[in-house]
Amino acid sequence: MNIKAIFLGSLLLSTSLVNAETVFVTLEKDDAIAVVDPIEGKLLRTVKVGQRPRGIQLSKDQKSLYIAVSDDDAVIEIDANTFQIKSKLPSGEDPETFAVNSQGTHMYVSNEDDNQVTVIDLVNNKAINQVAVGVEPEGIAVSPDGRWVVSASETTNMVHWIDAESNIIKANTLVDPRPRALSFTADGQQLWVTSEIDGTLMVIDVASKEIVQRVRFAIPAVGQEKIQPVGVLIDDKRQWGYVALGPANRVAVVNAQTFKVEKYLLVGARVWNLAFSPAQERLYTTNGVSHDISIIDLAEHKVTKSIAVGRYPWGLAVKP
Amino acid sequence: MAKFLRLFLLPILLFSSVCTAVDIQEIKIAYLTQEKQVPAALSNLEPFVADTGLQGALLGIKDNNTTGQFTGQSYQLKQEIVPISGDIPKVFSALLAQGYQLIIVNLPAAKLLEIQKINNKQALLFDVHTRADTFRVKQCLTNVLHILPSRAMRADALAQYMLKKRWRRWFLVVGATAEDKLYAQAIKRSAKRFGMKIVAEKNWLHSYDARRTAQADVPVFTQVDDYDVLVVADEQGLFGEYVSYRTWKPRPVIGTQGLVATAWHKTHEQWGAVQIQNRFKESAGRSMQEEDYAAYLAMRSIGEAVTRTKLVGTEPVKQYLFSERFKLQGYKGKPLTFRPWNGQLRQPVLLAAPTSLVTAPPLEGFLHPKNELDTLGYDQPETKCQ
Repeated sequence: MNIKAIFLGSLLLSTSLVNAETVFVTLEKDDAIAVVDPIEGKLLRTVKVGQRPRGIQLSKDQKSLYIAVSDDDAVIEIDANTFQIKSKLPSGEDPETFAVNSQGTHMYVSNEDDNQVTVIDLVNNKAINQVAVGVEPEGIAVSPDGRWVVSASETTNMVHWIDAESNIIKANTLVDPRPRALSFTADGQQLWVTSEIDGTLMVIDVASKEIVQRVRFAIPAVGQEKIQPVGVLIDDKRQWGYVALGPANRVAVVNAQTFKVEKYLLVGARVWNLAFSPAQERLYTTNGVSHDISIIDLAEHKVTKSIAVGRYPWGLAVKP
Repeated sequence: MAKFLRLFLLPILLFSSVCTAVDIQEIKIAYLTQEKQVPAALSNLEPFVADTGLQGALLGIKDNNTTGQFTGQSYQLKQEIVPISGDIPKVFSALLAQGYQLIIVNLPAAKLLEIQKINNKQALLFDVHTRADTFRVKQCLTNVLHILPSRAMRADALAQYMLKKRWRRWFLVVGATAEDKLYAQAIKRSAKRFGMKIVAEKNWLHSYDARRTAQADVPVFTQVDDYDVLVVADEQGLFGEYVSYRTWKPRPVIGTQGLVATAWHKTHEQWGAVQIQNRFKESAGRSMQEEDYAAYLAMRSIGEAVTRTKLVGTEPVKQYLFSERFKLQGYKGKPLTFRPWNGQLRQPVLLAAPTSLVTAPPLEGFLHPKNELDTLGYDQPETKCQ
């Protein structure tokens, strides 16, 4: 009887997974992740994962989710279907967020309180290095070719270019105050960085490591001080870039060729982080204060839906 | 390619012009304060903290040096903690003679005035102590940056929130010290500015240690015409804590006690504040207080100027701090800048109850043509400072 129920349940679950992608959302204040079917617009379930979950990413083989459970001082790996914990990675203290290289062999974790980046060998699940960076490191990204690991420190106001081969900082770029998130273009030529306090988006040329563009935002009837850029993503064709503007409650649509802001899309309150659907036809946003996620149709650049997920949604991962 | 060349050339140039192998830029900063008399304790719960300010400066210099590793800059702090009977002007003159141009000053208003006269624009002073409105309005001090919010800024923050709550009828209770009178003046100015009505005003004249007598004294003392909130002006905390819950009518208490207006508070955790609260606790072994926050911001302002300009003198640092480029992250969700006319750091003011942060004015809807932070305190047209 019991076995039957479980069998049926997993069958149902797997069919829904075949039809549509699944969005996983970390809920900072619920110590849990929300599992969402974005096509149906439904919250499927909520799974407890540990204290203060923030950064989240799907593993390369798409079988696991990595989640930074900050107040447990760990990054955990859980099975993306059963949600059982597979391992606890030695992330160092207070991991906020992390990045995995495209080969899936190494993870780089920001340890905000200790001013360092922990390098984890994902094959052996071992911490192999700790790189000292500036004060309060947060945003972190690996270049598509795996050569650079870039860490942004919020109080030092710098992005540090760590050579992934040697784990040594090779260059530093001074940026606008309180850099939050950063993202490489798919071709690896540009790094986009947001400054929360100055309200800017900076585009850094990866070859020269210098800021080559600075984009400012202005929204009618929204105070300039409300514009606090956080999450940033650029589509694979480098046609559009998207910037979450925090308490301005909007996502800016930036032409990635001309750097002109084409549109501001109204989403939930205090929009924080962003994730693409696998084929990049949709964009998902976490809205920290309205406790929901928004779905943006990227063909139309229109917000189509919002789904309540739980308290303080922080990060997202999408599984095809 | 050009960048590579530059990087390559730079060390050669340095080696050729400097004989030592050290090519690190040194930034000398002094911290000047005087030992404090331990005040009469009102409550046994709050221990007297002797090193407020200094611990903030220490954390600030640590952060600056973390950044300095990447920029080739090294910050050094000279601490001058003058004994109660010591000669402040003498110590200050010695600092000037030793070439200190960036000095964090944690001294009362009268002492700040004394050293400012000696300074004569030689050094840039970061005042992390005074709240005196006179320094922001009339008695303007050249080359002094005031980091803490003035009394007027604090009173305006309270008034904005009271207006929002429609708690417009105020009962003002003023303590016996000169500072209490100044605080009361600021409250009256704000009341006028935001359309509040002070329906009653009384001076608190009762015995200082109110612990045993408050229950009897306060109900009698507070029998006045009806009011919405009691505003208490007691900067030293000699009686204000004993007003709440003892008033004749059930009314909230705001001001120097109850709901307080402050630059920093232990309950503040938004906008990344929890991170600095944790880092501070780890380094100082206690929670961060206002003067610590001010000294931290002073240090970080210096750090920002030096990192971005590579210059360390009085004039270039001052110029940068007053420029459009300077935007300081102060864990309050808005960029902090200096008012060029009086050197006051623009900032949100926290309104805090003992264990919860209530709000952080300027509140939404209080508009200003230039910067909403300038809805707090004396605005440019209201001051004689330039």
